[in-house]
This record gives sequence, structure tokens and C-alpha cells, in this order.
Amino acid sequence: MSDRKIRVLIAKPGLDGHDRGAKVIARALRDAGMEIIYTGLRQTPDMIAEAALQEDVDVVGLSILSGAHNALVPAVIYKLHENGLDDVKVFVGGIIPEADIPGLLDKGVYAVYGPGTNTQEVAEDIHQAFNPQNG
Amino acid sequence: MPISPQAIRKGDRLSLAKALTAVENGNPESRSILAALFPFTGNAHLVGVTGAPGTGKSTLVNQLAKTFRQASETPPKIAIIAVDPTSPFTGGALLGDRIRMGDLAGDKGIFIRSMASRGALGGLAHATASFATVLDGAGFDLIFIETVGAGQAEVKIAGLAHTVIVVEAPGLGDEIQAIKAGILEIADILVVNKADRPGAENTARALKAMLEMSLVKNGNIPTAGKHLRLSSSEGAVSEQASHQNWETPVQMVTASEGSGVDAVVNQITSHRDFLKQSGGWQEKENHRLQADLKALIQDLLLHRWEQQIGNGPFTEALEKVINRELTPLDAAESLTNL
Repeated sequence: MSDRKIRVLIAKPGLDGHDRGAKVIARALRDAGMEIIYTGLRQTPDMIAEAALQEDVDVVGLSILSGAHNALVPAVIYKLHENGLDDVKVFVGGIIPEADIPGLLDKGVYAVYGPGTNTQEVAEDIHQAFNPQNG
Repeated sequence: MPISPQAIRKGDRLSLAKALTAVENGNPESRSILAALFPFTGNAHLVGVTGAPGTGKSTLVNQLAKTFRQASETPPKIAIIAVDPTSPFTGGALLGDRIRMGDLAGDKGIFIRSMASRGALGGLAHATASFATVLDGAGFDLIFIETVGAGQAEVKIAGLAHTVIVVEAPGLGDEIQAIKAGILEIADILVVNKADRPGAENTARALKAMLEMSLVKNGNIPTAGKHLRLSSSEGAVSEQASHQNWETPVQMVTASEGSGVDAVVNQITSHRDFLKQSGGWQEKENHRLQADLKALIQDLLLHRWEQQIGNGPFTEALEKVINRELTPLDAAESLTNL
């Protein structure tokens, strides 16, 4: 009888100081029955990968508004792999130009969400990624 | 991939994290992991940190861990279990204690794990004690257990930790009175956090007055002057006296700036030494293991009973109880008379 909960780390890498989006998504995923670990602002890729390891999360959600996603996201993914976290799915949200999305997906990002995304959709995508039969 | 207890013993953090998940979820392999680590447990100092929401528990733990790590040439390996509440409606949880522990990132001698209470009452999750077992067995010297923001009766931590720190903050006013009977009784160290705020000294004074009253009541009137330090009388100490001879210090702290934290670190160390000398350490361990054993027997018996009796008789009896044809106690007796 195992009682498995999806665990999600929501992190803000880099220097931008606006975490409303991150909080909104954290709250929405909480309401979708997941366990959210919120780490706060200004996290380095090292800090994020270490927290993901200690917390044994299934998903890492990165919120980036600064425009530095092309540098930060691959750095986080690299560090996650370095920690042996090959199964962790990385979701990215924030201000990401259309043109950059294919490149991020190519680097191993599971999905990218822009402004105006329905939070329900994100929750459903995560459920789908882990329990395809329930999706 | 199976989780290797040997790897955990050697300090592999990924295996440790996976083991904690297995234990938390009650996976089948959690049993063998706990069994393999159990012989190595009993060495860690378990320090509980509890108090009302927003009193600064996480910030204090952050400072304590940092100070312990910097204080000595051979710093202790530290684990932190941070429990936050699970929503009773959705089963989800927002675990935010790490936000205050950013200072500790990058120190490989520290392992932080957030934990949702998952419906358990008393300020801890069901698996918190098992987490402590795993981390103890993994070789951590000092394990901080931060409870859910607690009110009056969330005192489960007292049954688990060797040392309990209760964190208060000024401005809670009359609530100080209200909590006297509950959570304050379990404190080995009382911290008045946010000491830079107005009213902190009043809070500290009220707490000290409360403690002095209980000292008199127990017949342990201080004889060594106003500031009774724990008596360092050598030789045998009677077992019953082991808890009563500790005078709970009241420490003013501003955790956000780190002031007063050194004093709390010293108090934690003195309390450990006190417990070791007085026999209280062993007493607490025995108590805890006894409670664990009883809880496990309850779970096992219930599980076996459920398997044996099946659903039918239970529903039948329940119906009779609902119709007031049978009292709940009679129903329970007839159902358990197998």
C-alpha cells in the first residue's frame, strides 16, 4: 500500500526578483494535490539541483522572467544530471520568446509555459507525465 | 533500482533521499532499509523545534545549523527534517521552510528534507520518526526536527526528540497564558525570537515567571541563587530526577540577525551533556522505543484483524450501531472476539 505523492520543486534561478508567478503555480499545484517545495528567490543551478536531490522530487519547475533562460535552464539540467537525477522532469515558466522554446525542449525541458497559461493545464500535464492512465 | 543501505552508510545522498521517499510512502523496500540501518542508530542527538506559525522556527534552525557547522574543527553532520501541513481538502502541501535555509545550501555536511504532515496530528507526520531512524543510521550527528506551526497540544515532538526548543515571539499577548498548559511544558529550551521587537522582554519575563512557578510546585526550589544552573553533582543521579533537575533557560534571540544564537547552541550542547550524565538520554530512548513498539503492535493487530474479519461483519455491526441497536463498545467487543 504505497501512498505516492508527486513532489515538485518550484525554484527561481537567476536574479529577477518577481516571484508572483512562481507562487501562483505553487499554490495551483498544491490545490491539485501535489507536494510543492518552494525555495524562494535567487537560486543558483547548484542550489536547485541540490535541493531537488535532497527532496527527491519528481518535477522541477523553473520560473524565469529575466531573459537568461538560455543560459540558466541548461545549467540546471546539467547539474541535475550530475547529481544522478536523470528521471526528473523540468518544466519552465515565465517570459520565454516563442523562438527559444524549441531550443529549450531540445535541451531536455519537458514543457514551457508562457504568461496566461491556465494553471489547471500545468497540473494536468504533470499528472499526465506520471500517471498516463489517469490523465 | 534497489536502494542500498550500504551506500547510505557511506554517505551517498541520492540513496538517502530515495530511502526517505520509500519510508515516507510505506514502499515494500522501506522495511529492509530500516532494518539494515537500525543497528547503527541511537547516536544522533534529536533536537525538536516547535512553536506557533510565524515565530521564526525555520530562520532559527538555519542559524543554529550554520553556527554548529562553524563552531568546531570537526563540525557535526547535520540533518534537518522540516514538517509543514498537508491540506485536508486536496492532500497537497506547500513546503516553504527551505526558503529560510538558503544559507545552508552548498554545505555537503547538511541535508535538509521537507515533509508534508499527510493528515497526521500532533505536529509531525507519521513517518517523521522513521526519517529520524534513517538519518541517524546514515551517520548524522545532529538532527533538527522542525514541527508544523504548532498551537497548544502539538506535543508529539516531545516523545521523539531528546531536546525540545519551543520558539515564542513577542506580541502574542494573552496567548502566552493560553499556551502555558500545553506546549510550554515540553520545552527544554525556550527561545523568545524577534527580540528586537517591542514587547520581547515582557514575553521573556512572563515565561520566566511561569517557569519559576512550576519549579516551586515540583518542590525543586532553586537553592543556588537566582540563576540556577544545572547542578553538576558528580556520581549517581536518581533516574526520576533526571528531567526535573534541568532548569529550562529562556533565551532572547533575533534569528534574522543571528544574535543570541550562540547561547542557544551552548544550551543545546549542555542539555545533551546533562541528559547523558543524568541517565535521561537512555530514559528518553527507552520511552520512545516503547511507544514505537506499541504503535506498531496496534497497526499490525489492526491490519491482521481487518484481513481476518473481512468487510461483511463490520458493515453489519456498523449498521446496528447506526440504528442504535448496539452500543459501539458492544459492537467492538463482538467484532474482536475471534
